[in-house]
Amino acid sequence: MPDHITRTNLRTHRTHGWPHRMTASPASVVSARKLGLTFQTNDGPVHALSDVDLEVEKGDFVSFIGPSGCGKTTFLRVIADLEKNTGGEISVNGMTPEEARKARAYGYVFQAPALYPWRTIENNVALPLEIMEYSKAEQKQRVQRTLDLVNLAGFGNKYPWQLSGGMQQRASIARALAFDADLLLMDEPFGALDEIVRDHLNAQLLKLWATTEKTICFVTHSIPEAVYLSTKIVVMSPRPGRVTDVIESTLPRERPLDIRETPEFLAIAHRVREGLRAGHSYEE
Amino acid sequence: MRNERLSSRIVPVLTIVAIIIAIWYLAAIWMNAPFQRDLDRRGNVTSTTMEFVGKTLSQPKPVVPAPHQVVQNVFENTFLRKVTSNRSLVYHSWVTLSSTLAGFAFGTALGVLIAVGIVHVKALDRSLMPWIIASQTVPILAIAPMVVVVLAAVNVTGLIPKALISTYLSFFPVAVGMVKGLRSPDLIHLDLMRTYNASTWQTFWKLRMPASMPFLFTSMKVAVAASLVGAIVAELPTGAAAGIGSKLLAGSYYSQTIDMWAALIAGSLLAAMLVTIVGIGGRVVDRRMGVQAT
Repeated sequence: MPDHITRTNLRTHRTHGWPHRMTASPASVVSARKLGLTFQTNDGPVHALSDVDLEVEKGDFVSFIGPSGCGKTTFLRVIADLEKNTGGEISVNGMTPEEARKARAYGYVFQAPALYPWRTIENNVALPLEIMEYSKAEQKQRVQRTLDLVNLAGFGNKYPWQLSGGMQQRASIARALAFDADLLLMDEPFGALDEIVRDHLNAQLLKLWATTEKTICFVTHSIPEAVYLSTKIVVMSPRPGRVTDVIESTLPRERPLDIRETPEFLAIAHRVREGLRAGHSYEE
Repeated sequence: MRNERLSSRIVPVLTIVAIIIAIWYLAAIWMNAPFQRDLDRRGNVTSTTMEFVGKTLSQPKPVVPAPHQVVQNVFENTFLRKVTSNRSLVYHSWVTLSSTLAGFAFGTALGVLIAVGIVHVKALDRSLMPWIIASQTVPILAIAPMVVVVLAAVNVTGLIPKALISTYLSFFPVAVGMVKGLRSPDLIHLDLMRTYNASTWQTFWKLRMPASMPFLFTSMKVAVAASLVGAIVAELPTGAAAGIGSKLLAGSYYSQTIDMWAALIAGSLLAAMLVTIVGIGGRVVDRRMGVQAT
């Protein structure tokens, strides 16, 4: 268990709201200040993100939760330089998102496994390694190690269609872990899976987070998932996408699945639900 | 299981073949009857219906040759002649096949090259596509003799002019198919490459090219058939000495209808063979790329 994670700075800011100050910590992996993103569409501008202030520190497990259209995926894509912010500032590992992407600072796990159907599982995991020009021996060793990490050892020479949805998503996580990025961006990776598989993968992900000491940004729809996984929960609301609440989890880092029955867990889940409700009433 | 599938495939095909042959026989009798009646009247021959039908099906220069006449001609000119003989269908098929294959190879390469350009260079996307489509609206029968004559004037004769006509016809389906194929990867797959900061060429070789393979083989099937048509058409108006096209032309000059039909059959068999080979190639590639067997 990494013990260097002590404090995180995660703050919300509303235009008409509270005074705020930024403490740009040197350990901060993602730092957003008054971040905004407006899409120009035929029906006029759409404010996907508006005035988002956020600090994610090294070793954090941060979940982003909110209804569709609240900008949680967009925020992740801005971190990954898959979208460009139109306002405010953001830094990733102290660089611009583009520099961070070019430095291969993060692994991205999409909603779908996005495995290449013509590659076996091990070749899919090796894809980023090939692109980053690791040596053959190094590739082989890393593929083996990451497949072990996600419990897919022995499935390396199968094709994606031969695996279940949950296994495919695990393979895509292995692919994101195969190279040395300290930041893992996950966009509803378990959204398409059934409850039982999801529980299992959540527990595995926590273990993985503990062993790899990565910083994880995790987008989800599910309140129990967010509470179970996170050290910090960012509640967002739509139109414009903004942060309504940030909850520091008081749960211990060691979390068996039945922690979800404890009053502490339920209290946090309740606060998330309140936050989501507040976001909605604001809209109407 | 396997046998069942085989028979469930073959029976419908054979049924259609039987129907076509029946219609063909009826048409042969019907089309050849007037000439036969004329002949009989002049020769003062009276014959029973069965005898009359037999005669309509065995004329030396019928309007419509009967299937067995064509089959016999194909058989004799394929197996009973030396391959070097001017009457051998194998010889003529080979002449046409060689320029078909050369044209098909050029056409496929050209088509892929154009598609790669269109997908990667915005200016080419806007400027090239309309011309490519326009190129196929020009009747090939008008272009073929011009190409052959112009090239003959600069002493390029034989296989190359014919292959060029095949190229002209075959690059089009490949170019159009490959543009679609190279653009077929999902956005999520392209995003993934972007998160790795992959170069354009890495994205091309590791994503676009493999994703386009099914499109490539589908369009190559069309292209190889078009190549054959191009080679035959190139032989028609130019007085080529050999090839299926010249055989068709000679047949029509001398009313050798059976020869013409035999050449036609040879051409069809050649086309079927080529398309099948490309299809098998596609399936081999599919298997190597781990496509789920259906």
